[in-house]
Amino acid sequence: MTASRPLSFQDLILELNAFWSAQGCVILQPYDVEVGAGTLHPATVLRALGPRPWRAAYVQPSRRPSDGRYGENPNRLRQFHQYQVILKPNPPDMQALYLKSLEAVGIDPTLHDIRFVEDDWENPTVGAWGLGWEVWCDGMEISQYTYFQQVGGLDVSPVSGELTYGLERVALYVQGVDRVYDLAFNDPQGPDFKTYGEVFLENEREFSAFGLEVADVAVLKRHFEDMEREVPRLLAARGRQGQPLVLPAYDHVLKASHLFNLMDARGSIAVAERQSYIGRIRDLCKACAQAWVALEEAAA
Amino acid sequence: MAQFLLELFCEEIPARMQEGATADLARLAREGLAQAELAFDEPRAFAGPRRLTLVVDGLPAAQTDRVEERKGPRVGAPEAALAGFLRSTGVARETLIEKDGVWFAVLERAGRPTAEILARLTETIVARFPWPKSMTWGDGKLRWIRPLHSLVCVFDRKIVPAEIPGVRIGDISEGHRFMGPRRPFRARDFDEYREALAGHFVVLGAPERKRRILEKARPLCAARGLELVEDAGLLDEVAGMVEWPVPILGDMDPRFLALPPEVVRTSMRVHQRYFAVRRAGDGALAPHFVCVANIETRDGGALIAAGNARVLSARLDDARFFWDEDRKVPLEARLETLKGVTFHARVGTLFERVERIETLARALAPVVGADPDLAARAARLAKADLATGMVGEFPELQGVMGGYYAAAQGEPEAVAQAVRDHYKPQGPSDSVPTAPVTVAVALADKLDSLAGFFAIGEAPTGSRDPFALRRAALGVIRILFENDVRASVGRLAGLADTSGSGQAGAVAAFFADRLKVLLRDQGRRHDLVDAVFALGDDDLVRLAARIEALGAFLSSEDGANLLAGSKRAANILAAEARKGPLPEGGPVRTAAPAEEAALFDALAAQRPLIDAALAREDFAGAMRALASLRAPVDAFFDKVLVNAEEPDVRANRLRLLAAVQREMSKIADFSAISG
Repeated sequence: MTASRPLSFQDLILELNAFWSAQGCVILQPYDVEVGAGTLHPATVLRALGPRPWRAAYVQPSRRPSDGRYGENPNRLRQFHQYQVILKPNPPDMQALYLKSLEAVGIDPTLHDIRFVEDDWENPTVGAWGLGWEVWCDGMEISQYTYFQQVGGLDVSPVSGELTYGLERVALYVQGVDRVYDLAFNDPQGPDFKTYGEVFLENEREFSAFGLEVADVAVLKRHFEDMEREVPRLLAARGRQGQPLVLPAYDHVLKASHLFNLMDARGSIAVAERQSYIGRIRDLCKACAQAWVALEEAAA
Repeated sequence: MAQFLLELFCEEIPARMQEGATADLARLAREGLAQAELAFDEPRAFAGPRRLTLVVDGLPAAQTDRVEERKGPRVGAPEAALAGFLRSTGVARETLIEKDGVWFAVLERAGRPTAEILARLTETIVARFPWPKSMTWGDGKLRWIRPLHSLVCVFDRKIVPAEIPGVRIGDISEGHRFMGPRRPFRARDFDEYREALAGHFVVLGAPERKRRILEKARPLCAARGLELVEDAGLLDEVAGMVEWPVPILGDMDPRFLALPPEVVRTSMRVHQRYFAVRRAGDGALAPHFVCVANIETRDGGALIAAGNARVLSARLDDARFFWDEDRKVPLEARLETLKGVTFHARVGTLFERVERIETLARALAPVVGADPDLAARAARLAKADLATGMVGEFPELQGVMGGYYAAAQGEPEAVAQAVRDHYKPQGPSDSVPTAPVTVAVALADKLDSLAGFFAIGEAPTGSRDPFALRRAALGVIRILFENDVRASVGRLAGLADTSGSGQAGAVAAFFADRLKVLLRDQGRRHDLVDAVFALGDDDLVRLAARIEALGAFLSSEDGANLLAGSKRAANILAAEARKGPLPEGGPVRTAAPAEEAALFDALAAQRPLIDAALAREDFAGAMRALASLRAPVDAFFDKVLVNAEEPDVRANRLRLLAAVQREMSKIADFSAISG
């Protein structure tokens, strides 16, 4: 590590914000709907569509109910944090920028083994795929790096480059810690030091039990169907400027997607049903994507 | 003669595609240069994570000049036609020559410079490269495996004037990202290029990278009394992930050795691309691993080793979570989950499959000498591990985990073993199960697949075999052979055809077909399968023995002659049958001619010997008895006219020939044998 003192979890975020802000990104806040991945933030999924350039970076808490381990696994979490960057169109030196961002947070590439390992990213629920890599640091996947090719079932042009940093994993590295709950969340020398565990352990315990054991499957299923019905209605409705209500409709897609993840974690989705659920969400997302592209093309 | 050097420099190419890309690059160059009618030495191609490189020596400076005569209008054709021809060829009227009343223009075409041809070739290679999957990037339309940045493209030490939008073309490349000078370098030929790469910490070719990995990893292990567990597939992959391979020996928390060794090795290989390490003495898994880094660091790789060890611990922690959780649920309880898992939309759920395999394994047990209850029990549990967390994480551990979980819940050893090994043999190099209970379940598993997919019309065709039914059939054959299981494959297929599809016959014929392939691959007489299968004997073990004896017989002089005699008899009988019904009944002994009597006597003498030999499956003995018919048959054809004028004499001779055929057809259908 080059930094004299390793970055705390929150300083890591602040460094990344500063770095990507300097690259012209708008620094956004996490989206306030539960999502399973930072990509699903409308600042990525929707903005990757259409002709207009866009650069954004933000933190996104990502919830994966089936990864709940009751706070007992040293680094598998039900809710973790992704740092998400989208550069549209991707600049030619995007790999170099990414490597510089690692140096900025204290990962010295001359001391570690940084590797780009094939990983073709795909998110069937939003009809998106791209080619790229998982980035390894000494064998640990610390980021996902993707050149989007399709979103919502539509070809994208220009192509967006997307970076997803697994913040907890990067922090484990930078701080040289083995257990995620032992990470320094803020400055250990500061007046009120908190570890990651003090901030989030109870969250993991309660939400693991909720997601794996207690969530009411019948309620989830009903809510899923409600969301599913709302999407076409919102896309058919018109705003004051005559536009379909794409953003509210997309929120409902996100909610449907999270409800599906919850049902899945409860083991209530038979394998045979999975594809059908995923297909239903993808269709909803595709409808939003098409409506969004129409809006963007009209605006460009 | 001059050299062409091309380097395509891009972002990281997936390891698994590099070998194919090397071949494609050389092929495209070869085809393009041949098409341009240039002389050249065999192209050499190299691939690594960030570059594809091509070198072609022995190229001329230009194509040779060519003279072409182009045919024009006839002499005396309308003036307009001639004018048009002169315009299109650009020659003057007085240079035309006349041949047989037709005008020809003589066109001298200067050969194009090789540099120009290479420029177009380079553009074509980039445009047409057959990547399995390609992408666009930025604002551009160009497609490549990952963003393509620059080309070194030089011929005879000069830059080739190729043009590709968005790609820098010249004589500049880059080396390792983090080692060495970290500055671009210039290269005008292959020697300069290779030297520069070495100075910039890049090993150009995959074979060289692999060699370095092994040469460094082996002593690294040996120095600590350990041995590298070599793995050719993993070595290929790892060599495609590094430009400067640096094997590092790392430590694993020894507590993880309590996990099944397959789990540890799979986690290392699949997730981390580590080589496993064993103790030199007893070969047991050692608490270490070898990872191959892409960099030499000033701390000698200490941070890298520690980092990788931590990642492996996290992975194995997760594996231990599955190991612990999975064992809390009895395998039988997993069957409930399998009710919701579709095996194939038209074949049903995995649970239904389990029920069929269970019934089938019980039915097969007596045939293979297994305890029916144990076979049924093993079959019932065989697929349960598909619903466990560990197999969800590592699908390649199916069977293996089931075996561990079965043992852990106190199932009999034979049951656990059958659960573990029932997928075997999974390929030509895989071993064949021999424990009776395992044999029963392994056969049931494969027969059910075959019956199920044949029933819905999914028999393999041509190169299409999406459900690996050929492998399944071959697996059945090998199990039957290696365990000397005596059973009719038609009956086995019939037992498996629970849907009553009536496809059992087709499945049995499919076995005969696979048997041919197997015999051919073993260098044995596959052309005799039909001749023996046609007898209706489909006990494959017996069939193979019969084929073996038959092959030996036919290659003897007696056999070859008897085959010819048999064909002659068949022809005569067929010809006579066309004239009217053949006489029924057996022949009688006639005193004369002597040859007729001799054949009758020989048949009478050999018939019981043949039957007795066949009854004890002594096929060589049966063939020997048959062979003694050769001389009388030959003599008969030599001296006796079958088509005698007297109807009774003719009838008796035809009966005699039919009797010969009957004896021969106990051994094989000789009409199905060529030659």
